[in-house]
Amino acid sequence: METKLKIELRTSPHLKQTMTVEQIMRNVVYALLPVCAFAVYAFGISVLALLTVTTLTCALGESLFCRLSGKPNTTNDWSIVITGLLLGLTLPPGFPLWMAAVAAVVAVGLGKALFGGLGYNVMNPALVGRAFVQAAFPVAITTWTPAFLDKRFTEFIPSTLTAPFMQPPALGDWIEQARVDAFSGATPLALQKFEQIITPASDLFTGMTAGSAGETSALIIIAGGLYLAARRMMDWRIPVGVLLGAALTSLPFWLMDSVQYPDPLFVLFSGGLMLGAVFMASDMVASPVTPRGVWIYSLFIGVLTVIIRLFGGLTEGVMYAILLGNAISPLIATVTQPRVFGAAGKGPRT
Amino acid sequence: MGILNLLRRNSFEHGIHPQQHKELTCRLSIRRLPFAPVLIVPLSQHAGAPAVPLVRPGQEVVRGEPVASANGFVSVPMHAPATGVVESIQLMPSARGPKTESIIIHVYEGSSQEVLYSAPRDVGSMTAEDIIQAVQDAGMVGLGGAAFPTHVKMKPPPEHKVDTLVVNGCECEPYLTCDHRLMLEQTDDLLAGIHIVMRALGVERAMIGIEDNKLDAVEVIARRLPANSPISVHAVQTKYPQGAEKMLIESLLGRRVPSGSFPSAVGVSVFNVSTLAQIGALLPMGQGVIERVVTVTGPGIRHPGNYLVPVGTPVRFLLEFAGSTPQAHELILGGPMMGMSVASLDVPVTKAVSGMVLLEASDADLRERKVQPCIRCAYCLEACPMHLNPSTLGLLAAKGDYETMADQFHLNDCFECGCCSYVCPSSIPLVQYFRIAKAINREKAA
Repeated sequence: METKLKIELRTSPHLKQTMTVEQIMRNVVYALLPVCAFAVYAFGISVLALLTVTTLTCALGESLFCRLSGKPNTTNDWSIVITGLLLGLTLPPGFPLWMAAVAAVVAVGLGKALFGGLGYNVMNPALVGRAFVQAAFPVAITTWTPAFLDKRFTEFIPSTLTAPFMQPPALGDWIEQARVDAFSGATPLALQKFEQIITPASDLFTGMTAGSAGETSALIIIAGGLYLAARRMMDWRIPVGVLLGAALTSLPFWLMDSVQYPDPLFVLFSGGLMLGAVFMASDMVASPVTPRGVWIYSLFIGVLTVIIRLFGGLTEGVMYAILLGNAISPLIATVTQPRVFGAAGKGPRT
Repeated sequence: MGILNLLRRNSFEHGIHPQQHKELTCRLSIRRLPFAPVLIVPLSQHAGAPAVPLVRPGQEVVRGEPVASANGFVSVPMHAPATGVVESIQLMPSARGPKTESIIIHVYEGSSQEVLYSAPRDVGSMTAEDIIQAVQDAGMVGLGGAAFPTHVKMKPPPEHKVDTLVVNGCECEPYLTCDHRLMLEQTDDLLAGIHIVMRALGVERAMIGIEDNKLDAVEVIARRLPANSPISVHAVQTKYPQGAEKMLIESLLGRRVPSGSFPSAVGVSVFNVSTLAQIGALLPMGQGVIERVVTVTGPGIRHPGNYLVPVGTPVRFLLEFAGSTPQAHELILGGPMMGMSVASLDVPVTKAVSGMVLLEASDADLRERKVQPCIRCAYCLEACPMHLNPSTLGLLAAKGDYETMADQFHLNDCFECGCCSYVCPSSIPLVQYFRIAKAINREKAA
């Protein structure tokens, strides 16, 4: 009897676990969806339009850049959806859609495609896009609207539909007539920095405040982070390190002067720190690959965020802190290479 | 041997947990495989110099008779796996790739296949030197897969004082169960072999490490040990690659073998259970290694089992005996993590082949996935038992910077266990990159 068998030659290992890049990225999107849903619930159809525009523009941009560089289309790896959603979530709810599209094109072009696509980008693409519009449109990016306005599901925030290349209208009057209760349009960070008014931590936690579209509810962000950490699709040390760094840096200042400086709890739950720590600093590609490097990187971001907040001209520092952390992460990885098993100088373990 | 040892999860850092698939064969007793009509005995089945043939074409050989002698210290002799006639000595395909000089034996169909060649002796009166010589004469090599001549490992460098014999019964490779069955069925041979090797090494204690997915083996051995036995048996965590000697030494003794050194540097010698069981069985009889237990398994095999296979049996014969499914797609000699896939069914089972795994097309699909850029997820760093940085090594390999890999990133500490490739979500063939890098560095050094 002759055995007829078509066999293939491969090299070991001959087994492979099933997790793929697409799966990781898709799960990050899943973790972001509740954040998006709450953003739409709190700020209405303007945020829905904002997230749609950033995500679609990012995806179209990626397709275009792939075609221009003659590479296969990589939109199906889902990473661009993360970029699009994150970008939208970091913008003010009433951010003009044409400016959001500009931010998206910069994010995917300058932040990702220019470096060679997924895996090669030095910085978090969404933050590159946001940093660009922060510089380009300083007024629009700091124009906030209160959450839970009555007409949020029936009416766009006027600035949202600004015609391309036009400046958005001032929102003061519109907010006056749209709002029914005492929700403030100023962000908790601005209130604290300029008026020393501390927003209650419970409001910060559940998202009853003004702010960027997706940063207001720490609760939902933490839930998404826990989901990713449990599935090992995010390094839990990064958010923990960022938050630890921020809390430890703000603590001595608050102890010295509790009127001028915010308490650590406020620092953790206000502004974009939670969103940044959980979803942006933890970007695998732009964070160090070494275990010790991860701690240095994340603590650095936490410390820097607080320093910018307390002493910088800006009310929020998390974006620049993460971008700087991204920039030095190859360097951190270089100096924190893992210690090889049985390295010289290490005695027997007990 | 207390219950505490069973509860303590002795282990090492990092590693992976692939699906075991051992249920296919772990309850099947060892069965003897019939003799193939033609056996192919390669002269180089071990690390070191190939053996020198003692027979010529046309000569009749008796089962167990030496057919090739060792060529120097790092070499072992070969014995006839069956009674028959030498047809020729010629180049034949081998699992490793290049053709190797092999003795082809036509097996006599009517023969009783009695092992007639033996020289019984009293092991108890032998000196350490005698034992080491006898182990070489038996053609003993590391049967766990390394195929390093066993007697060489029994002579550690004089500057290293070995105090412990570590007995490797981990069998951490998925699918394989030959060592498991052997510990259950040949316990006395195993313990006899341990005592012989302890005497040759001059050590006072032996520790048997068995993964805790084989607690029945731990129990069977523990029951066989007297209260004051110098041999102890320990359950270690089921985790790949627990059976790598550096990992097992850390799990059992908490000692770390220095980078670039052998276990004897920390006073340990590691032997596989199947090697020791053969020593225990063969040495008193003065016989050579002529057969071994092979786990034939995998989704592509119709009748999986643990077979006692004569050395030199062609893979084709084994496959026809066990049967294959039409979806069979990839044939692996050894375990699926570190074994070799074979190109030809005419390669023989050699002394170091512990398993034959036949995977189906669906298993291979996973590996068909397209290679994507490294996203620095760091899964490979958390998997690497040697605490290397496969991610950065992979990026350097893609650039062809093999020297930096060796000089700054400890390439030569990699023993190709496959954990990094296994976990990589981007399907980067890291281990293959490292093999190429090492080969090119070796060539440059030569």
